[in-house]
Amino acid sequence: MAPPRPDRSGRPAVPASRRAALFAADRTGPPEGLVAHILEFGEELRGEGVAVGTSELLDAFAALPQVPWEEQSIFRETLATTLAKSPDDRRTFDLVFDRFFFRASELAAVEEGVDEGAMAAGREGSPDEVDLDDLRRQIAAMIDAGDDDALRDLARLAIFAFGQQGEGSGVVGVDVQRIRRRLELRTDPQPEFPPEDPRHGGLPRAGLRRFEQVLRQELERRQIARTGALPPARPLSDLSRALPSGPLADLANVHRVVAQLKRRLKTQGLEQRGSRRHAHVDVRRTMRASLETGGVPVVLKYRPLRPRRPELFVLCDVSTSVTSASVFFLSVLHALHDSFRRMRSFVFIERISEVTEILQRERDFKAASAAIGRDAGVADITGYTDYGRVWREFLEQVEDELQPRSTVIVLGDARTNGRDPAVDVFAQIAARAGRTYWLNPEPRLYWNYGDSVIGAYAPYCETFECWTTAQLEEFVKALTAPHAMKR
Amino acid sequence: MAAELASAQDVAQGLRDVGYLADDATALVAYLAAQLGKPILVEGPAGVGKTQLAKSLAQATGRTLVRLQCYEGLDEAKALYEWNYRKQLLRIQAEADGTGWDDVQDDIFGPEFLLERPLLRAIASPEPVVLLIDEIDKTDQEFEAMLLELLSDFQITIPEMGRIEASSMPLVLLTSNNSRELTEALKRRCLYLWLDYPELEHELAIVRLQVPGLGEQVARRLVEVVAMVRELDLKKPPSIAESIDWARALLLLGVQDIDEQIFRETMSVIVKHRTDLDLVAERVGVKLSSAQEAPGGAPAA
Repeated sequence: MAPPRPDRSGRPAVPASRRAALFAADRTGPPEGLVAHILEFGEELRGEGVAVGTSELLDAFAALPQVPWEEQSIFRETLATTLAKSPDDRRTFDLVFDRFFFRASELAAVEEGVDEGAMAAGREGSPDEVDLDDLRRQIAAMIDAGDDDALRDLARLAIFAFGQQGEGSGVVGVDVQRIRRRLELRTDPQPEFPPEDPRHGGLPRAGLRRFEQVLRQELERRQIARTGALPPARPLSDLSRALPSGPLADLANVHRVVAQLKRRLKTQGLEQRGSRRHAHVDVRRTMRASLETGGVPVVLKYRPLRPRRPELFVLCDVSTSVTSASVFFLSVLHALHDSFRRMRSFVFIERISEVTEILQRERDFKAASAAIGRDAGVADITGYTDYGRVWREFLEQVEDELQPRSTVIVLGDARTNGRDPAVDVFAQIAARAGRTYWLNPEPRLYWNYGDSVIGAYAPYCETFECWTTAQLEEFVKALTAPHAMKR
Repeated sequence: MAAELASAQDVAQGLRDVGYLADDATALVAYLAAQLGKPILVEGPAGVGKTQLAKSLAQATGRTLVRLQCYEGLDEAKALYEWNYRKQLLRIQAEADGTGWDDVQDDIFGPEFLLERPLLRAIASPEPVVLLIDEIDKTDQEFEAMLLELLSDFQITIPEMGRIEASSMPLVLLTSNNSRELTEALKRRCLYLWLDYPELEHELAIVRLQVPGLGEQVARRLVEVVAMVRELDLKKPPSIAESIDWARALLLLGVQDIDEQIFRETMSVIVKHRTDLDLVAERVGVKLSSAQEAPGGAPAA
């Protein structure tokens, strides 16, 4: 929904000279300089791992003349829709966009010697003339309406109003908070205002954060204008690139990936059968259908394809050496249970214990993991993993059920604590099961160091490094890759 | 037709007139798609109005909506075209003896024996249409590859007849629930639009537009509760359509405020899994009852 454009005439105008310096062109299309900037921007996006092709850039150039791109939000959205094609890419795009165009426009301003502060002061007289109460009211209204362009102008005005009273601390973060306090912007309700004022019920937190962001940018801009130089560019860190998430979102992510896994396991094999797929003609139904066409079997009827039901056996290590990963593994196990009916799960340390029932009973992840911790009783004496014993017990328990259609997934670090790895028993399991996967929570670098014997098991299964949802997704992707089909 | 869509604001207004509140980005992308003749790939969680966007665009522009629902195993015969074998056969049988093979061949591979499926229908239509390819992520990669010719050049090649080019430029929307990564080749040909659950104010506006009879206060409370429910780890978070359903239900019941009891009685409208019901009743129900006490207690004190 487009919020009605606020009437800007009631507000003191703020010069947009900086924007003009960059976008000095008519409406017909992006000017030469901007084309170069966008190409550079595309290059920078590539540097951050977004796959921007030439065709995407051409699309962007084709799209820009169609819209009033001088407006920043439209410019941004137009580039985003043509360049960034997944939620992750979009996130990176936003970060790079802010960084890139901020720096580009600052550089242009420094080169051309534009100093907005001085110009603003010249045009509008002294800061005392700004009506502070009016400014507060307007900013609150714009935060509520979520109008970025207006916020940006107002932020400049606020800096102008507060910044020249000898209070600038020189540290951007401090100044942001100081100005916000002076503007009396709060998220809690302020009943002293009339009900139609957004501050009456408290300002939206997201909007306020956005305003702080804008304010910070503007302050940085002032700093650059003062010193006449850009601070060095920093590449995005993984932390800021990742989508904001909490433990709940992580759990939801695991669920999402497991839902994909389910689809993959189900449909896999269909494409492999390929030519065999149509081999089973249902003679009876074909004959019956041929009656319609005078006995000529024009339409062949096939036996319906029975989709294979995946049967899962999941073994999950819960010993101390994988403590950090076991919450993740348990959530994978939990999510798997939500998706698969024919599945048996086991946890193990020294010996194994079936937890299928617990997981079926407990919907809540916390309750399930607590119940597993309480009832499983997998640590016998020492509390160290004994893989050899685990394989033997596992084989004993499920020997009759393992068949070429079943998939065995092991979640563990393959650290045997010096005990017998019983590779031959594992090989038996792998030979009986159709597919065997090993997800190791350790970075590949540490594999086979110390007491890790993953190398000994590797010939019998496919091994994956897996301790984040992203890697779990990699695993799911690898499942469909052609080489995974060779068995 | 395209004259109506002279700017992104026009698109937003047109969509609003048919009851779809689009945010700025959506209107902009729809406008660009119409101007550039590029398909839109719409992604987002289930129930945020991806399919509805296509329907509303069709309604707003007065075009026909041609819809192709994708599913696993969808093939060309169901999506593009198929020869009407039976009719061809009858044609051959009805042929008098002595007609040359060439005559028959020219005859039976004509438009008369062609069964149009959605994609061909969208291309061949004399009037411009809105083509909706729904849940593209449900199909196989092979099908995606087949779409490429259609999406970049708006043409379909039928071996017996030659190339069929679009006589009018269709507006193409592809939707995906992100259950599978789509190929780069497909993405490259599309404009990308990510639709997420709307922000509180936006959803409030949607609910008030769709259910005008509902009181302002109840509507606000409703979207707040729905936002709260979406925060939880549910099998199926409530969609916008379900918020609207819930609003209608509350209107029917003549509810003035959503308290814990009303919520427990009516939450089955927005939560559809038994396990989810338990979770929501526990988390949100409790919050509602405590929130109920707070404003009630303050004036008394």
